[in-house]
Amino acid sequence: MKVIVPVKRVVDYNVKVRVRADGSGVELTNVKMSMNPFDEIAVEEAVRLKEKGIVSEIVAVSIGVKQAQDVLRTALAMGADRAILVDATSDVNQDIEPLAVAKILARLVEQEQPDLVIAGKQAIDNDLNATGQMLAGLLGWGQATFASEIKIADGSAIVTREVDGGLQTVRVSLPAVITADLRLNEPRYVSLPNIMKAKKKPLEERTVAELDIDTTPRLKVVRTIEPPQRSAGVRVSSVDELIEKLKNEAGVI
Amino acid sequence: MSVLLLAEVNQGRLATDAVAKTLSALSPLGEVHVLVASGDSEAAAQEASRLQGVSRVLMAQDVSLAHGLAEPLAALIVSLAPAYSHIAAPATAFSKNILPRVASLLDVMVLSDVTHVHDAETFDRPVYAGNAIQTVVSADPIKIFTVRTSSFSAVGEGGSAPIERTDAVADPELSFWVEDVSVVSERPDLTSARVVVSGGRGVGSKEKFDMIIDLADRMGAAVGASRAAVDLGYAPNDWQVGQTGKVVAPELYLAVGISGAIQHLAGMKDSKVIVAINKDEDAPVFRVADYALVGDLFSIVPELTKKLEKQFS
Ligand SMILES: Cc1cc2nc3c(=O)[nH]c(=O)nc-3n(C[C@H](O)[C@H](O)[C@H](O)COP(=O)(O)OP(=O)(O)OC[C@H]3O[C@@H](n4cnc5c(N)ncnc54)[C@H](O)[C@@H]3O)c2cc1C
Ligand SMILES: Nc1ncnc2c1ncn2[C@@H]1O[C@H](COP(=O)(O)O)[C@@H](O)[C@H]1O
Repeated sequence: MKVIVPVKRVVDYNVKVRVRADGSGVELTNVKMSMNPFDEIAVEEAVRLKEKGIVSEIVAVSIGVKQAQDVLRTALAMGADRAILVDATSDVNQDIEPLAVAKILARLVEQEQPDLVIAGKQAIDNDLNATGQMLAGLLGWGQATFASEIKIADGSAIVTREVDGGLQTVRVSLPAVITADLRLNEPRYVSLPNIMKAKKKPLEERTVAELDIDTTPRLKVVRTIEPPQRSAGVRVSSVDELIEKLKNEAGVI
Repeated sequence: MSVLLLAEVNQGRLATDAVAKTLSALSPLGEVHVLVASGDSEAAAQEASRLQGVSRVLMAQDVSLAHGLAEPLAALIVSLAPAYSHIAAPATAFSKNILPRVASLLDVMVLSDVTHVHDAETFDRPVYAGNAIQTVVSADPIKIFTVRTSSFSAVGEGGSAPIERTDAVADPELSFWVEDVSVVSERPDLTSARVVVSGGRGVGSKEKFDMIIDLADRMGAAVGASRAAVDLGYAPNDWQVGQTGKVVAPELYLAVGISGAIQHLAGMKDSKVIVAINKDEDAPVFRVADYALVGDLFSIVPELTKKLEKQFS
């Protein structure tokens, strides 16, 4: 079976982002960019399913600026077979909204006819947690979000989901959309030979115009500010002092 | 303009605190109708009807709605959508699974974790693990969003809204419930507790994590954990606090053996008072802590539990 894995290029999770003083957004120039961590988990899961002989082909897709080639190369080095870059903007500051991303992915699903899409649960830049669910809605497919375990059997996926009260297991008929949570697996490191091999794997470029999708943003970001900063408090030297302060100064116990 | 609030029901009980906080975010937008949709909705609908600011409760009851599956719930909400200018819910795993699907079916965007409602089109929400706050104006004909409950206070009781039955729509039968594994505890709920005690990798093992639990129980607190503590199996997944876990803002948050990565801070830095216990005096968590205790948690936590025992007895 064939799997599509959407991978987003985002600010690396180790970077502490800076908000521009004029409120126009966060500073993205000269900032380290990487594959969204949840998407690495999604790629890893697809590769493991391929290693088990369940999946035959993995197509990684990224939507955004041309530089997203980098994250697609990483996906190929991890074990994806092909990559598609959808050129949607030339402005690194423009985030393509999940609704538009989902529409583009739905068009690619029509063309590629995969049995499964494994996306990340959440992009760590916009923190929206929406694209997988939106794609499932547009396609009329079932969905299993926040997956911590996936088993494929008899035309279905049995998925354990991380929910607020613990874990929930659902069975979803294929084709379906699954989104990956943190505990699904631990992504492999890419080895140098695999990076070299990835350079020879096919990476196709498409445009939004050719896919005929309207990506006009629905949301306008009018201002981006820093949240109120907390300042460091005082050092206490003993448990007794801590209890005393919590009681008499903070009044919380 | 009317607003539809999707409420969560667990084992026949309304997630009252979350609904009550979401109501205070939504009331300025207009008349609020609460949708109570589950396998067993009667008691939860009664509970919702008593909350202030609810002008109507829509009650749907059907086996297809019993386990929070996104497909039948989204179909139901889409069928109700034409009457509403806004559809919202507390930002929980339950609603984050459903509302984006609803939004795509209605061809509109969704906003997650709204922390402030300026007016009918304008909302604040955190991005980049809470390191920036965006003010966003929506051009969509219907606004769909989830509300970060820790940013709002709960409305009180004393209302008596009418309850109307509404029918579930045909289940698209795309996914099927298999099982829920949840531990029911007597402890307060993480997202509404007055005190939260969280443990991290520094705690060292699942057995030693009992120390954190003992301290929490002593204080009548909820227990939280860092991602590392959950990944290592010290604590269950639903205790994770942070960017991709739960967001809490208790009166008192104790971070024990937690370094204070931005992803963790994202889930607790709005707490009123933060205490950090860590043996590394340069741990980033101390930059947000009101009270910093540098030292070995294995001696500090038992001592604290013991001395609090005296305080509370
Ligand atoms: C996509 C993504 C999402 C994430 N989401 C979250 C999230 O939601 N929540 C979250 O918490 N993390 C999240 N993380 C992980 C985060 O980046 C950190 O790795 C994690 O928070 C570290 O957990 P920790 O502080 O317990 O462990 P560590 O960083 O290893 O810190 C352990 C601390 O314990 C202290 N310590 C050790 N022994 C003792 C002792 N005997 N006494 C006192 N102190 C001691 C050490 O000094 C150290 O500061 C996410 C990461 C990614 C990439
Ligand atoms: N521009 C994009 N290109 C590729 N995949 C994306 C893009 N945006 C979102 N996704 C996928 O959707 C998931 C959730 O993103 P979001 O809904 O933005 O939080 C990500 O983890 C990716 O798998």
